[in-house]
Amino acid sequence: MTTVPESTETSRPPAAAGDAAEQRDICLEHVHKRYGDQTVIGDLSLDIEQGRFYALLGPSGCGKTTTLRMIGGFELPTSGTVRLAGQDVTQLPPHKREVNTVFQSYALFPHLSVEKNVAFGLERRKVDKHETKKRVAEMLETVQLSHLAKRKPGQLSGGQAQRVALARALVNKPRALLLDEPLGALDLRLRRQLQDQLKQIQRDIGITFVHVTHDQEEAMSMADTIAVMNGGAIEQQGSAEDLYERPETSFVANFLGTSNLIDVTPESAPVDHEFSRGTTVDLEPVRYLTHRAEGYAGPIRIGVRPEKVRLYATDQEPPEGDNVLHGKVVQSTFLGVTLQYLVRTAGGLELNVVEPNLVGNSAGTFGAGQDVQVAWDARQTFVVEGGSAGA
Amino acid sequence: MSLSRRRKMLPWWFALPGLLWLIVFFAVPILNQVSVSLMSGDPEKGYELTWSFATYWDAIRDYHAQFTRSFGYAGAATLIDFVIAFPLAYFIAYKAGRFKGLWLLLVILPFFVSQVMRTASWQLILNDQGWLVARMQDVGIVADDGRFLATGKAVIFGISYNFLPFMVLPIYATLDRIDRRLIEAASDLYCSRWTAFRKVTLPLAVPGIFAGSLLVFIPACGDYINSSILGSSNTTMIGNVIQSKFLNILDYPTAAALSFILMGVILLGIAIYGRVLGTKNLTELAG
Repeated sequence: MTTVPESTETSRPPAAAGDAAEQRDICLEHVHKRYGDQTVIGDLSLDIEQGRFYALLGPSGCGKTTTLRMIGGFELPTSGTVRLAGQDVTQLPPHKREVNTVFQSYALFPHLSVEKNVAFGLERRKVDKHETKKRVAEMLETVQLSHLAKRKPGQLSGGQAQRVALARALVNKPRALLLDEPLGALDLRLRRQLQDQLKQIQRDIGITFVHVTHDQEEAMSMADTIAVMNGGAIEQQGSAEDLYERPETSFVANFLGTSNLIDVTPESAPVDHEFSRGTTVDLEPVRYLTHRAEGYAGPIRIGVRPEKVRLYATDQEPPEGDNVLHGKVVQSTFLGVTLQYLVRTAGGLELNVVEPNLVGNSAGTFGAGQDVQVAWDARQTFVVEGGSAGA
Repeated sequence: MSLSRRRKMLPWWFALPGLLWLIVFFAVPILNQVSVSLMSGDPEKGYELTWSFATYWDAIRDYHAQFTRSFGYAGAATLIDFVIAFPLAYFIAYKAGRFKGLWLLLVILPFFVSQVMRTASWQLILNDQGWLVARMQDVGIVADDGRFLATGKAVIFGISYNFLPFMVLPIYATLDRIDRRLIEAASDLYCSRWTAFRKVTLPLAVPGIFAGSLLVFIPACGDYINSSILGSSNTTMIGNVIQSKFLNILDYPTAAALSFILMGVILLGIAIYGRVLGTKNLTELAG
């Protein structure tokens, strides 16, 4: 008797800890993975809610694929627990887990037709022949490949193979779908197109997707929740907006887009009920929302996105309440849609500024060597790190 | 000639040396032997082309027992080699790790010594008073007063031993090429290790098994060394007959006719075998 239920709709293993656990589809608790004396994953915990599109985002070697493979059962954690729907599956082999995987290179069976590839899982679970046929046909319809049912994988294009891999996994109605860089091998245009399709399919069938990628734009465009991984640990997780507007670590601030990071010495007393203030290396004051620096003591690092920053000539007056730093334009680049500046302050602080191209001629722009004021709304300031309060 | 025309011709020029090789070393001897097989006469007065097809019928009538024996021995040896080679190739491909090269070297190492030498040394090892035959008598493979040498078993053993690497290498090559992620995918799709082996690894290894069987079976059918060194007059294979007709009795037409009958039967066998493995096993059995 297999522990894999026929489908997630009809039977579901009893949740271990009531309704709260039921909501958490996939749960890793203090997972470690070591190969010899090399630690790949160090104390990783995460919860993925039912029906989420969850992205594991990070540079190569950050442990994101290893994490996915531990959920799928292809790697066993050195220590820690993996739960699916509240059930401890840490030691279960892949074929006894209620998840299916879309592999990076698709791993379609070359000796079987598209149809047979898709039917593979259902046949192994001894689903009735008639039912199998029906579900395979429906699934091929969903991924728009009905006309290629009899083809062999070798005769498919990359995008088609990718969709067969998707169909082969989804036809089993898994509790969650694991996707290991599923679009990595495709060209940019096709990738964007399949991103939309993938997101659409996920919305339609409503199961949990765990998507591993190193492409931040892909993660941001598709995922409800993104976990940014670095060095075998999750740096920060949240929505694309959370991560972009309020990054909490330098790594996140620069892995998703680019950031100006500025080391600041905080003043002891807050400015008012909302803001605190600190001074830069040039002894210029900058303000930030007090609650964002909560828990930090001593020097902190603040940041602001280049497109949130505006340049003003020395005789211009920046808006009231903005943080204002003074510097000299080092480099000015015309990029059509935007103008990019590199500004250096007297103390050696370098700031990137991206301004929309509103003027349309060089009169309103700043040339290299010009003295400028760099200003941004203090609310746009985020705090990425600092000494912890206890230290 | 225009450039595009010349471009199209280029591959044919590349094929030319090989084509010449085939014509000179394959087509010419074959045609020559076809004409020899249709000659009649005797060694004293010489042979003349008389389109004597009767030679073929006579050859079949006189030597069908040797033909049958040859196919039987070759088939048995192919089967034995497959049973030994598949696990060995599987082990080398998946479990030998960094010792792969060493294992492969060990498999082909016997080739560094002449086949006749190796077979002759087995003749010594398997002699009637030897240790090995005594042990085989102990376990009942050989009757207490019986011998191993000069039996069909000894010949099959010799052929299996001599051709084993031809089975191991192609199976190893196909197994080694199989993408490990396919096994992971199978296991993701509810296959136990055994089912994954049966449904993915084995069907994908079929081309190697096919190639290996041919590489063992074909030369084994025409082999005469094993039978002449390890066998007796009761184990004569068709290779021995051809050899003796050609080199001792100088009955060239019969030798040539026997060769062509052998070739024809083998070609027919391969066609059937390829059909069975090619279409059935690959697409239908796997599904």
